[in-house]
Amino acid sequence: MTPPPFQRFLDAHREPVWRFLVAAVGPDAADDCFQETFMAALRAYPRTRVENPRAWVLTIAHRKALDHHRARSRRPVPVGAVPDAPAPEASESSGDDVWDRVRHLPPKQRAALLLRFAGDLSHREVGAALGVSEEAARRSAHEGLKRLREELAA
Amino acid sequence: MTDRLAPPTFDPADAAAAAARFAATAPADVSYALVDSPVGTLVAASTERGLACLSYEDHHGGVDGVLETLAARISPRILEARGRLDPVRRELEEYFERRRTAFDVPIDWALVTPFGRRVLQATASIPFGEVSTYGQIAARAGNPKAARATGNALGSNPMPIVVPCHRVLHTGGQGIGNYTGGVHRKEALLRLEGVLLG
Repeated sequence: MTPPPFQRFLDAHREPVWRFLVAAVGPDAADDCFQETFMAALRAYPRTRVENPRAWVLTIAHRKALDHHRARSRRPVPVGAVPDAPAPEASESSGDDVWDRVRHLPPKQRAALLLRFAGDLSHREVGAALGVSEEAARRSAHEGLKRLREELAA
Repeated sequence: MTDRLAPPTFDPADAAAAAARFAATAPADVSYALVDSPVGTLVAASTERGLACLSYEDHHGGVDGVLETLAARISPRILEARGRLDPVRRELEEYFERRRTAFDVPIDWALVTPFGRRVLQATASIPFGEVSTYGQIAARAGNPKAARATGNALGSNPMPIVVPCHRVLHTGGQGIGNYTGGVHRKEALLRLEGVLLG
C-alpha cells in the first residue's frame, strides 16, 4: 500500500518533531535539526506504509539531536586571540529550566526523557528507538527523573 | 515534579514555518501548488520532467485526491513548493490575459497511457481559437475508429487548459460535449478564445 504523500506526513508530524527538538537541542539549533530530520525521512521515505510513522520520524530526530550534541562537543575551543567581547554562550536555553537541565543529564537518561515526554512515545517505542528493551527505557527515564528531582531540590 | 515531565512549550507557527522552509527547498519527486485562475482554483503538480497534472480543485477528490493519485502513480515523495510551479502559474496568467496562445512548459506524460498520449499530443496541436472533433483527433492519434477511446483519453486528460481538450467538440447537435471540469468551464475557455460569443 502506498504511504501518504510526504507533504501529509510532514503536516502530521512537524509539531511533535519540533517540540522534541526544542527540548533536545534548544530553540536555536532546532531548525537545523528539523531540516536534517525531514531530509533524512524524505530520502528514506518508503514505498510501503510505515507501521508507526511518528516513532519512525522521532527516532530520526533523536539521531540528528545526537549528531548535534557530538558536533558541539567536538567544536574546538578558541585559544590565543582573545575576542574583544565575550562570545555569547550559544543560547541553548529554551527559557524552560527543566528541559535545560534534561539536556545535561547522562545520554541514556536524557534520550529516554526526551523521547518519552517531549516526543510523547511510550516506553516500548522509546526502547525501540534506542535499541534497548522497554524495561531499560523505563529504567533510564526513572533514573533521569530521580536525578532531576535531586538537582531541583538542591 | 511527579513521575512525568510536562512537554516543552513551543509556538506552532515556528513548526509550521520550519516545515514550509523544508517543503520549499527539499528535493521532492513531485512538487505541487494551488494556482488561482478565472475558471477556479487548480492543483498543479510537476516533476523534474515537467508538468504532470493540472486538476480543477473541485474535481478528482480535491487536493487530497490528486495527491493520492500522484503518490500511487508517480511517487509519494510529494511536497508543496509554490516556487517550483511559478513557470506554469506565469503561463496560465498570460493565457487568461490573452497574451499567450500556446504553452511552453515541458510536460511529464507519466499519468497518461501511450494511446492517451497520442490523443493529447494531437489535441495540443489544435491552435488557440480553433476547434476539432473527437473523430478528427482519433484519426490524428492513428486510430480513426477509436472515437470512444479518444473520448475517454480526453476525459481523463490530467492537464486540461495546457493540453486544450476544451477545443475538441461533439459534432451533430449534441452540444459542445463533456469536459473534465464541467461544461461551464469548457464554455468559459471557448469564450476566452473567441470561439463562443457572449
